[in-house]
Amino acid sequence: MEIGPIFRAMWRNRIGVALIALQIAFTMTVVVNAIYIINERSRLMARPSGLDEANLFYLRSVGFQEGFDEESTIVEDRILLQATPGIIDMTVMNAIPLSGSGSSTGVRVNPDANGPSTYTALYRVDEHAIDTMGLELIAGENFTTAEVRQLGRLDSGSTAPIIITEALAEALFTGGAAEALGNTLYWQVDIPMQIIGVVKQLQAPWPTFASIENSMLIPNNILDGQSLYLVRTEPGQVNTMMLRVEELLADSNPARIIMNVKSLEETRADSYRIDSSMARILLVVIVILVFITSMGVVGLAVFGINRRRRQIGTRRALGATQGQIIRYFLVENLIISGIGVTLGAVLTLGFNIFLVQTFNMPRIEWYYTPLGMLALVLVGLLAVLGPSRGAARIPPAIATRTV
Amino acid sequence: MLFYYLRLGALSYRRNPVLSTLMVMAVAIGVGSYMVVFTLNYVMGGDPIPQKSSQLYHVQLDSGDPDTESDPPEQLTYLDSMALIDADLPFPRTATSKFFAIVEPDGETRPFSVMGRGSYADFFTMFNVPFLFGSGWDRSADRELQQVVVLSRELNERLFGGVDSVGESVLLDGYNFQVIGVVDDWTPIPKFYDVNNGPFDPSEEVYIPWPQIINLDMQRSGNTNCWKPLDGSGIQAFLNSECIWLQFWVELADRNDRQLYQDYLDNYVREQKQLGRFQRPLNNHLYDVNEWLLLREVLPNETRILSALAAMLLGVCLLNTIGLLLSKFLGKAGEIGVRQALGANKASLFIQHVVEAGFIGLLGGLLGLGVAALGLQGIRILLGDLMVTDWIQLDTTVVTVTIGLAILSTIVAGLYPIWRACRINPSTHLKTQ
Repeated sequence: MEIGPIFRAMWRNRIGVALIALQIAFTMTVVVNAIYIINERSRLMARPSGLDEANLFYLRSVGFQEGFDEESTIVEDRILLQATPGIIDMTVMNAIPLSGSGSSTGVRVNPDANGPSTYTALYRVDEHAIDTMGLELIAGENFTTAEVRQLGRLDSGSTAPIIITEALAEALFTGGAAEALGNTLYWQVDIPMQIIGVVKQLQAPWPTFASIENSMLIPNNILDGQSLYLVRTEPGQVNTMMLRVEELLADSNPARIIMNVKSLEETRADSYRIDSSMARILLVVIVILVFITSMGVVGLAVFGINRRRRQIGTRRALGATQGQIIRYFLVENLIISGIGVTLGAVLTLGFNIFLVQTFNMPRIEWYYTPLGMLALVLVGLLAVLGPSRGAARIPPAIATRTV
Repeated sequence: MLFYYLRLGALSYRRNPVLSTLMVMAVAIGVGSYMVVFTLNYVMGGDPIPQKSSQLYHVQLDSGDPDTESDPPEQLTYLDSMALIDADLPFPRTATSKFFAIVEPDGETRPFSVMGRGSYADFFTMFNVPFLFGSGWDRSADRELQQVVVLSRELNERLFGGVDSVGESVLLDGYNFQVIGVVDDWTPIPKFYDVNNGPFDPSEEVYIPWPQIINLDMQRSGNTNCWKPLDGSGIQAFLNSECIWLQFWVELADRNDRQLYQDYLDNYVREQKQLGRFQRPLNNHLYDVNEWLLLREVLPNETRILSALAAMLLGVCLLNTIGLLLSKFLGKAGEIGVRQALGANKASLFIQHVVEAGFIGLLGGLLGLGVAALGLQGIRILLGDLMVTDWIQLDTTVVTVTIGLAILSTIVAGLYPIWRACRINPSTHLKTQ
């Protein structure tokens, strides 16, 4: 093997080698951490909300004229929507999952003001909520029509039966859903709320909420002049029904306006807009960096080959095969890449520690670094393959000429 | 001489077009990407009101829950805001919060909803709000509950076709408000006076005297936080509660005023403590605009991560440029030998190559402007209507910095290759010619 001559030749051009190795190291640092960030964001975006998102939309009905009666309007609207083909169900809610706006509260297992409280999203709903959202009731039962109460604006809390998510049940009771059912939670210190049902999953409205799986359903509606309707349609009809329902409701009662009509899929896209943008920007950065670095490898290889045309010719004249010439440059590249990715592994982990500490992200999985090293070595080899094949075609006769 | 060197640089570019183009591209991509992030940082993290940012103070009173250890609340309660508004002090001040209302235009147009801001008279002068027509209201309007309204330029166009509408009336939630002014385009980035409700949100479309929000029972909007259950129900219980939902700003001209106001706040809280409120230790703050934006971490994490990545990307591109310049300059050893033999000294060789590197940097910078413009446009498209994005564009500062950074960094990257080129021994290369 020609390891000895390769090293000696590299040593003579050590600055050039160091430049490429450093480029590879930085490229690896950026690429590996960028892929890690992309995967991290994708994982967040892929979490299910527990809802039948594809077939849901919502809208806000806001009264503005004297004589607008919110309570009777809701009843009339329900009758109207139930008679509309394509609509499966609707519920009146205080907040929409994934929308980024809603309310949260602390609940306790004991009515002790100093005891620990668990944070949960608070959804005020009616008896149609579970059917409309498409939630899976895993224990207990749904609210009855009689249990749903209409409260005045800024009414303080009062006792009510509640339905909670399995995650909230597990956070509060060691026995999970089974123990939660029939038990009592305390809200606003000492208001008792009996758990009558547990649903499998329902996310809180804020994608960045630490306890995103903790949700609590209360059967009441606050009459404050505006109501939020969540509507479930037959599969595939969301877009047509959004327009239909908006018109239908706007025409049925001129004392209010219909606003914020939006599908849940659109809401999800908006809520994760920053995450998906970040993923795309990083993807572009990765492509650019890999391109720039491979161009650097190509540039330096071409330069090295041009400088050594006569030596290459001489080697060929002395009996080296084309394969041996190609091998020479591949081995040389392998050594440079090896130095680069080794340094890169250290930088990658260092940068990841910075990300973890500064931005409170989980640590990188162990396999990212070796995969990144392998990928960059392969990129380097691919980049150098073209120039080295060119080098192999240098005719042996060149050794006999003076440039 | 400079032109001769520039011509040599251009010649050298043409002699080795692939290598040179690679270099220009590397500089363009590195600098262009860096400028994209630079733009985001310098606007999102910038000073939205440089003329007055050190005189406008956000008031923070620690009215939080004594049983938990959390940061002081970001906003004020109704009780405290009203006390500070009524204080007999000569400083301009305003409490402010958001609401939304339904506007009923004349004629056939359907009613529509608008985002509104309740504020006190001083709001407009404190924040240098520019007016297209008319002006803000004066303090008597706050006290006498006058139904006056200031419209945004866009809403004025929608309702009155853009003409001077001062004196006209607008139906808000069924109440008649008289137009007193129309604001010209005004979108501070970040929206420093209300970072609680989206620091990159657009400005509101209507402004009314804040007391009208309570008086006419408008739909309040914006972040509301209560650590203590309300004492009873109804609007009065809410107003008397420890719920925080108002932002409060005061204008203080100098350190003396600031000290005076700080003392006033501390005294006020001490009095309240005797009434059983403010059970946490005394902890009141006045933050000027920039301190407040920094404290509230208005700059998103994403921008900070991208800054670090863009710096590394620029680093890689410059390393690339060093390598390519090295190849290029050493490749012209023969030419350098000839110039030396013809009498060029080291200094003129050095300057010649600095000019050549600078020339590549200039080309890279010009192309980098294109890269930056493309990148910024891409980010605008990605963000869509999530936030105000009008500011995501090249401005003169960015253009100047881009070109400067490109030339400077290419010359710095070229120093080592230039040094090597100047050390070339003319005789060895002349022999092989």
